Amino acid sequence: MPDADQTLEQILDLAAKHFKVPRDKLTPDDDFFRTLKIDSLQALDLLTRLEQHFHVELPDYELQGVSDFRTLASRIQSRL
Amino acid sequence: MISSYKGRTLSWELKERVLELALHRGPCNEIGSHTLEELEKFATTLEAAGDQASVLIVYSSLQCGFCAGADLRELYLRLQGLARAEVVPALRDFLERIHRVMNLIDASPLTTIAAVHGVTFGGGFELALTCDLIIADKMARFCFPELRLGLVPGFGGIPRLKRDMGNAVVRDLLLTGRSFNAVKSQQCGLVSQIAAEGEALKLARATASQLTKFDRQTAAAAKKFIKPIPHDDLRREIDLFCELFLQPAVAAGLKRFVESKDAQPYLP
Repeated sequence: MPDADQTLEQILDLAAKHFKVPRDKLTPDDDFFRTLKIDSLQALDLLTRLEQHFHVELPDYELQGVSDFRTLASRIQSRL
Repeated sequence: MISSYKGRTLSWELKERVLELALHRGPCNEIGSHTLEELEKFATTLEAAGDQASVLIVYSSLQCGFCAGADLRELYLRLQGLARAEVVPALRDFLERIHRVMNLIDASPLTTIAAVHGVTFGGGFELALTCDLIIADKMARFCFPELRLGLVPGFGGIPRLKRDMGNAVVRDLLLTGRSFNAVKSQQCGLVSQIAAEGEALKLARATASQLTKFDRQTAAAAKKFIKPIPHDDLRREIDLFCELFLQPAVAAGLKRFVESKDAQPYLP
């Protein structure tokens, strides 16, 4: 099982790869809506990819108000 | 029957005994009055299709997904212009018309397949539930977000889900308003097959070509035997929807949703 830092790194890697953003442009406290330039539908797409990658279920309501990678990672970590 | 049609919100084409209905109204196939009119036109075609078609495939040709549900913006603006006493009759008329279409697809003697990807929410999920089989792209998500607006699904979703699934799954989807991914949906029996990204229609077509080999009357009889239309529950759902709609929380929820500039408007 990845630790919290590894989970965060994997999220950043996945987001950079899928949304074609240079990895070094992403930092843990970025607002991913702004940094990735995504809308709510693309955020759902990201949610699905994260569920597939980490083999977890992330109920939408847990992500309400979450917009930075670090908090997203902590939500995932609590389900691993 | 009209074997091909290209409309503003949807198109269909009959080819080698497979009738394909494509949804293509931006931004994400929201079902409003124009879509309903064209769905009614399609339902007339479907009723007459028994001799020439064996299978129906419903899919979206838009990238965003299968269908994001009812056109809440249109609903909100339309009802704003009505006196309070006119709201429920107008709403009931819309619901009864969409229910007639959904019931015709549900009870069609053709074997029906929903090939879905991306957002399959609310009324879109309810449309998929009228089909005999759901083939889902691995990125598909299913959700009934209506409770977040103070409503229940109104296009026949609960009775159909209750018919097809365990009550615990229905409660989870309905009472939490969370979305299920394709894997979860297959695990609970909602989804028949999962396709790779962008491949759901291809898989549906491959399945359809197998289904066209079967005797039509036998397939229709088997479907009629196993898939009753829950008419009583469907009528009760319309009543419940209309009753809930008059609550002040609904108008406030719809207003918030329609005017939202939030980055996550799917989470009202």
